[in-house]
Amino acid sequence: MRVELVKRPQQSALFSALSPFIALGLTLIAGAIMFSLLGKNPLDALYYYFIDPLTGIWDPGNRWQLHELAIKAAPLILIAVGLSVCFLSNNWNIGAEGQFVTGAMAGSMIPVLFPEFQSWIVLPLMLIMGMAGGAAYASIPAFLKVRFNTNEILTSLMLVYVAQLFNDWLVRGPWRNPEGFSFPGTVRFHEYAIIPQIWPDAGRAHWGFVFALLAAVAVWFMLSKTVKGFEIKVLGQSPRAGRFAGFSASRMVFFAFLISGALAGLAGISEVAGPVEHLNEKISIGYGFTAIIVAFLGRLNPLGIVAAGLILALTYLGGEAAQISLQVSDKTVRAFQGMLLFFVLACDTLIHYRVRLVAPPAAKPAGAAATEPAGNA
Amino acid sequence: MDNTGSQTTSNLLEVRGLTKIFGSLKACDAVDLAIAKGEIHALLGENGAGKSTLVKMLFGSLEPASGDILWKDQSVRVNSPGEARALGIGMVFQHFSLFEALTAAENIALSLDKETPISEIAEKARELSKAYGLPLDPFALVGDLSVGERQRIEIVRCLLQEPELIILDEPTSVLTPQEADKLFETLERLRAEGKSILYISHRLEEVKRLCDRATVLRHGKVVAHCDPRNESPASLARMMVGDEVVGAERPPREAGEQQEMLGICGLSRKPAGPFSVQLHDIWLTVKSGEVIGIAGVAGNGQGEFFEAVSGEVLQEAPNVLRIRGEAAGRRDINDRRMLGAAFVPEERLGHGAAPALRLSENLLLSRFRTDASAFLSNIGLVASGALSKASKRIVADMDVRKSAEDPEASALSGGNLQKFIIGRELDRKPAVMVVNQPTWGVDAGAAARIRQALIDLARGGSAVLVISQDLDELFEISDAIAVMHNGHLSDPIPIGEATYEKIGLLMGGADAAASPAVKEAV
Repeated sequence: MRVELVKRPQQSALFSALSPFIALGLTLIAGAIMFSLLGKNPLDALYYYFIDPLTGIWDPGNRWQLHELAIKAAPLILIAVGLSVCFLSNNWNIGAEGQFVTGAMAGSMIPVLFPEFQSWIVLPLMLIMGMAGGAAYASIPAFLKVRFNTNEILTSLMLVYVAQLFNDWLVRGPWRNPEGFSFPGTVRFHEYAIIPQIWPDAGRAHWGFVFALLAAVAVWFMLSKTVKGFEIKVLGQSPRAGRFAGFSASRMVFFAFLISGALAGLAGISEVAGPVEHLNEKISIGYGFTAIIVAFLGRLNPLGIVAAGLILALTYLGGEAAQISLQVSDKTVRAFQGMLLFFVLACDTLIHYRVRLVAPPAAKPAGAAATEPAGNA
Repeated sequence: MDNTGSQTTSNLLEVRGLTKIFGSLKACDAVDLAIAKGEIHALLGENGAGKSTLVKMLFGSLEPASGDILWKDQSVRVNSPGEARALGIGMVFQHFSLFEALTAAENIALSLDKETPISEIAEKARELSKAYGLPLDPFALVGDLSVGERQRIEIVRCLLQEPELIILDEPTSVLTPQEADKLFETLERLRAEGKSILYISHRLEEVKRLCDRATVLRHGKVVAHCDPRNESPASLARMMVGDEVVGAERPPREAGEQQEMLGICGLSRKPAGPFSVQLHDIWLTVKSGEVIGIAGVAGNGQGEFFEAVSGEVLQEAPNVLRIRGEAAGRRDINDRRMLGAAFVPEERLGHGAAPALRLSENLLLSRFRTDASAFLSNIGLVASGALSKASKRIVADMDVRKSAEDPEASALSGGNLQKFIIGRELDRKPAVMVVNQPTWGVDAGAAARIRQALIDLARGGSAVLVISQDLDELFEISDAIAVMHNGHLSDPIPIGEATYEKIGLLMGGADAAASPAVKEAV
């Protein structure tokens, strides 16, 4: 018995739309199985993961949980929106995590190196520096791809570790807060270098979430209404058709990497200038990788990505809640996210392809072979 | 009449009620076919009639939905090409499956199940090629060989397995007329040895000349079994198409001043990759009101030439290419379009159209610059209303058959997509039209329509350059034919002086190969 994937002549529009929901449902089932194997009550676990973080919403005194959700969702959405441009144009930027860290480092230069420079202009400059840093870092795999035809999946991924270790060295070495009791990390940013909170009375959610929504709407508009969006789709599907249209594939590589690098960098600086308020060695907690899941769960549509970002943010919050209530490892969050990506991609594959089981060649039915020609003749 | 009496006993292969369904399409609908020992049996039909599907079922690449295959009066199931070969069925595909970086003998070795030393294979291949008049050097790199030579490797590879039935899929579509003659001799020799051949073609003259019997398919159904020697090409065509096929009408050119619309002056191009063709010093002028055809066996630089003319690849100097008198050698494809040129590449899906984009979006593909005022709003946004209106107009003009209001390009059949792509360019009324393989894989009715549209465009005052491997097509529509061989382009021969033999000799490199050598010597 062998298994074959056969391309479907037509894809079902209904199942294309349902695919993310089916994937979510399957993830919940697989997650329940995982928890029962860990010896936990699966219903309790799923409750702590997905319901408990949301119970506070209706309680006016307890809205902070919603704010926490926005804090976690903001970088995921920002990065995933940029990645959607990359993935649609067939550029596989897997290194958003590195661009995130680089953006955080680049933006932090101003409050860390020039703490005396205090003005309202500091924050806008930091955001611009963050975007420039992320974009510059993303331009490395873009350049290598265009100039030397290297595989951008490998180069962008490897550059993540370079950025992480460089950041680690910075906050333990030259940038370490001298009054920080030898803990790694820079000085706390001054007030001009902190992104304000949206509703300071209600919770910690800051304007980074608004940036994310704006970026999503802007990129959605570009993709669906402009010639640039058309160019992205054409080059992603078929480089030759793109060349026939007069589009340059190498310029598109740079465009996609610069946009996604800038948005990842903005996410990075928004994280350190937002809830964290200083640069430390722990800022990289995998947003750049989780955003890949967000991008696909959102079907590479920026508006879908907003919803997907909120769902994935929930798994981060739920993971914290479950750690406390159920004493499960924080690695279960990663397992959850991994299953979700697996099921999203599997559902998409099954929409485009049909599984066909091919039986091993059976022995010829001798009787049938002998009688049939005789009967017909 | 006596061969119908012996039919039941001496059939090598018989097919009864073979059916294959793809989605809602019946690609083969209850097909019956019988091939006797020692006959050349033609399988005729237009593109999309189900010939390839039927053959793939016989060769084990596709599984039939219902029906029986009888091999020597025994019911068999062919589950894989390997099993087909074991039965004694060999196949030579239209598109070769050879590795260019390997030698002929190595390519043959790859397809054999047993591990045989290369030297032994080479020896056998040499013997076979000698016996059947298929000259072949087993140690030549495939990348260096012509298409005709590559086909010989495929045939020798097939013969090495000592098949009793050989299936040939459109074997002459890549050959010059002279090479085709040689192939026919080989096939006749095989028939004399008692081997059976299933010969797939849509070239009626050669079927009439070569084949003993014919089965005609239309829309997946068998419409006739006949003896092609008793039929005329016109009657065979009627069976294939189900209708009278009218040739394109080519009114004489208007006398008077004709100005150069497209001028190519000494175009050369270095090969882009190890297996692409170098273009050598090409000169050509296309004037308003005329259709110039470029003939040539596939892979002699036509693709490279098209890319250079379209501006997908720029020239080294601006003066190498002129469009309506403007030096355009350094201008990109959209600038050339702005000068009034339009281009239709050979490949539809993935070059002329993006597969997963809708037809209206594919309309934008080649026209977002030239028709910016119509298809884009003032601030550069895509005007989808205007696009869908224009694409409806093209669909109506070219009679594009489709299953949905605005389907994705990949949902259309090849012929219908080609009609749309040609219509997309004609809709602009271009002053210069360059088309590569306008009707390749297009059914006869649509092909006639496309050819007529190209002639009409030229007679309306535009210049039309058609690159094609189909000589009949070129003779039908061109005012002059030039031949491309190995990156050299011959001088255009006016249609009044052109004959199949003359063009065929040029296609084989008789003249074109000699003249540059002379030039270099001087």
